Amino acid sequence: MFHPDYEIVIGLEVHCELKTKSKIYCGCTTEFGGEPNTHCCPICTGMPGTLPVINEKVVEYAIRAGLATDCQIAAFSKQDRKNYFYPDLPKAYQISQYDLPICYEGKVDIEVNGENKTIRLTRIHIEEDAGKLLHEAGEGTLADYNRCGVPLIEIVSEPDMRSQEEARAFLEKLRSILMFVDVSDCKMNEGSLRCDVNLSVRKKGQKEYGVRAEIKNMNSFSFAVKAMEYEAKRQIKVLEEGGKIIQETRRWDQDKGVTVSMRSKEEAHDYRYFPDPDLMPIVTSKERVDQIKASLPELPDSRKVRYMEQYGLSSYDATMFLISPRMANFFEVAAENSANPKTVANWIMGEIFRLLNEEEKEAAVIPFEPEMLSKLVNLIEKGAISNSVGKKVFEEMWNTGTDPEKIVEEKGYKQVSDEGQLTQIAEQVLANNPKIVEDYRSGKEKAFQSLVGQMMKATKGQANPKVVTDLLVKILSE
Amino acid sequence: MKISREQIEHVANLARLNLTEEEKQRFTTDMEAIITFADQLNELDIKEIEPTAHVIPIQNVFRKDEAKPSFDRDALLANAPSKADGCFSVPKVVE
Repeated sequence: MFHPDYEIVIGLEVHCELKTKSKIYCGCTTEFGGEPNTHCCPICTGMPGTLPVINEKVVEYAIRAGLATDCQIAAFSKQDRKNYFYPDLPKAYQISQYDLPICYEGKVDIEVNGENKTIRLTRIHIEEDAGKLLHEAGEGTLADYNRCGVPLIEIVSEPDMRSQEEARAFLEKLRSILMFVDVSDCKMNEGSLRCDVNLSVRKKGQKEYGVRAEIKNMNSFSFAVKAMEYEAKRQIKVLEEGGKIIQETRRWDQDKGVTVSMRSKEEAHDYRYFPDPDLMPIVTSKERVDQIKASLPELPDSRKVRYMEQYGLSSYDATMFLISPRMANFFEVAAENSANPKTVANWIMGEIFRLLNEEEKEAAVIPFEPEMLSKLVNLIEKGAISNSVGKKVFEEMWNTGTDPEKIVEEKGYKQVSDEGQLTQIAEQVLANNPKIVEDYRSGKEKAFQSLVGQMMKATKGQANPKVVTDLLVKILSE
Repeated sequence: MKISREQIEHVANLARLNLTEEEKQRFTTDMEAIITFADQLNELDIKEIEPTAHVIPIQNVFRKDEAKPSFDRDALLANAPSKADGCFSVPKVVE
């Protein structure tokens, strides 16, 4: 789809809101939404003379995220002021980290089309989120500082991605990790995970990177992918027409499906960082790092290997269940309680994922307990119900949340394996379908399946297919 | 170190300061004197000295993660030069 002579180079900066109860430098709540400026105090609105004090959980969560992505943890780290004038930032500076971030040199492994690749992380640093500007009709712009001071980590990757598919895989993997280590709920629709895309193109074989454009503030992975596709094509077109790429910030216009230039970068990027004199350095001992490391749960990579080995899942299925801890736990509980984990996986991949959209998959919004899925699978495995009745039972479980054993009991769905009972029905079916019987006798193998189908129909799908097959073979050969 | 007029204009622009011609002249000279004074530090051998992140030798000043009641909104907005709908109102900014 792109010009065959060009290669795309992508690096990402991912902003992730941490799930602390209070803001990074004050005790205001981090709860999403709320009436404008009701989650605010003199500290997070940047009043003169206030003194910020960092939330200890922010440091802990940043280190957790760092350890989960194989980062080095800085023994000595400090916070700096990043200066720029924009009314979403009441202090006219953002407290961030410049040269001594809390985590550095990490990595995230991704898999795209069956190939494994390692994406290096440059750093993870701590910073505060900005407020929200409401651009409405009328004279001015309105500033709501509820989000101002909500703790963020910014995860910066090296320019290691070579396609938008790799970028997407990286974002999905990173989100899964952050959710598993429980540092963020990563709700894209509430903006708790957003990314800036740095993208450039170069002729294949060229050593130096091309001039890059930065696409700001993408809060949907699919929009980000579309923006990358567009931007790569745009840059290639400019170069092919003999033009030059200028380093600039662009934004994605979803309605028009294009990236638009925002401002030229040289001036805007002179942030004049300096150490924040109000905040003391963060010193982290090896003991503290070890202590946090010991508290980490099993990470997605290890779970994936385990699902493949222990339950015989494909790499694709295993990755799908690792979309969130809730989904993974649903699968694990259902698998543990069932006679056949692979069948459990098939039910989730097939029926459950068919009924859920992306967001619901992530939140595992499933109207019944995982143990109920195990019971359903077990009923089918031991031959109490057929697979087709299983689908009916599933539908009812989905609609009413009722226990499958109870559904089977109440609806009289139990599979019929009784030979005497089935013989009677078989004789009836054969008597009613003389043409098909004749076809079968004259050597048409297909006719047999049709008779099995008639049997299933006559028993409303409750006949045991194995018993029916044996029985028909027996009767027809008599 | 020589300070150029362009540098003064650049820094003034970043700080959103509008300088008169006379001020630009004066600040160019002043800034040059200040930087030259600070340049004396370059004469020192600091190989063995740790960079100073903070002048006070205190580390790890943390707060517990506890949400506390926020401020009264009317009080927060009391000194705002302009406000509307519970928000600070600022001159229109366009992306």
